[in-house]
Amino acid sequence: MITSEPQVPNGPVAAAILSAAIGCFALGVVSTLADKNKAFNKLMLFYPPSGALTGETTVAILIWLVVWLLLARLWRNSSRAIGPINLTSIILLLLGLLLTFPPFIDAL
Amino acid sequence: MQLTFRELLTALHGMLFGGFFLMAIFGLVVELVRSRSTAVPSELTPSGRRLEATFLILMAAFGWLAVFTGTYVIYPWYRAKPPAGTTDLTAYPRSLLLSHPTTAAWHNLGMEWKEHIAFFAVIAITMLAFVLLRQRAALRQNPALRNAALGFSLLALVSCGVAAGFGAMLDKAAPVTGGNTITLMRSSQ
Repeated sequence: MITSEPQVPNGPVAAAILSAAIGCFALGVVSTLADKNKAFNKLMLFYPPSGALTGETTVAILIWLVVWLLLARLWRNSSRAIGPINLTSIILLLLGLLLTFPPFIDAL
Repeated sequence: MQLTFRELLTALHGMLFGGFFLMAIFGLVVELVRSRSTAVPSELTPSGRRLEATFLILMAAFGWLAVFTGTYVIYPWYRAKPPAGTTDLTAYPRSLLLSHPTTAAWHNLGMEWKEHIAFFAVIAITMLAFVLLRQRAALRQNPALRNAALGFSLLALVSCGVAAGFGAMLDKAAPVTGGNTITLMRSSQ
């Protein structure tokens, strides 16, 4: 027998999806900045033996987690329109991918 | 049968952590595709749920282990600068690759791309593990969310595939070596 389950708000999932896309985009932006700007690159040397990679990834992970926390609190008990969130996420992911693709960065 | 300490850690990073992560992502993609094609959503038993939770947590954990060992342990060995006047660059993989035009792209494209894109996979999979563990009902009720979950799992598969593929090829072109020699097995002959 199939029983219908009560509708649950989709806000927490929407927050998780959008924040993950923002985190990936942030990594693209931060790594591009570190590649193009020597002062920023120096700022990203959290662990010098690994170069700027450690700073770039740490900053992106922090942005992702903070945005996730904020959106999850904001949308905890609400439902959002998923279409625009999916579309925004796709655009952010594609931009993030582009900004981490070396030939594209070299061409900038 | 011997290998050096650095070779052992590189193998753990790529073959254990990264290898398991890639296979697990593929399993997740298959499961998400399968769940889109079922007329009636299947309900797991309590032990099935525990097994699934273990799989999801291990998958994310192995992903983080792969990127953190790669970033903080292997990468410093890979990018170490050779002292001035060094002619044998075998112990300096990055410099070895960049020393010749036919191998430089392994670093300029392969490593430069791999070191960043691997994090896409880990972020996506951690998010998916959370959603599948804590928000399964919302996913069941909303096809658009299931599409997004499948999209992120495919992104993770491609990202991890790029990172793993280039990792394997980089290790073939300029392996990270050095440290104490570890003997795993001796031949009787």
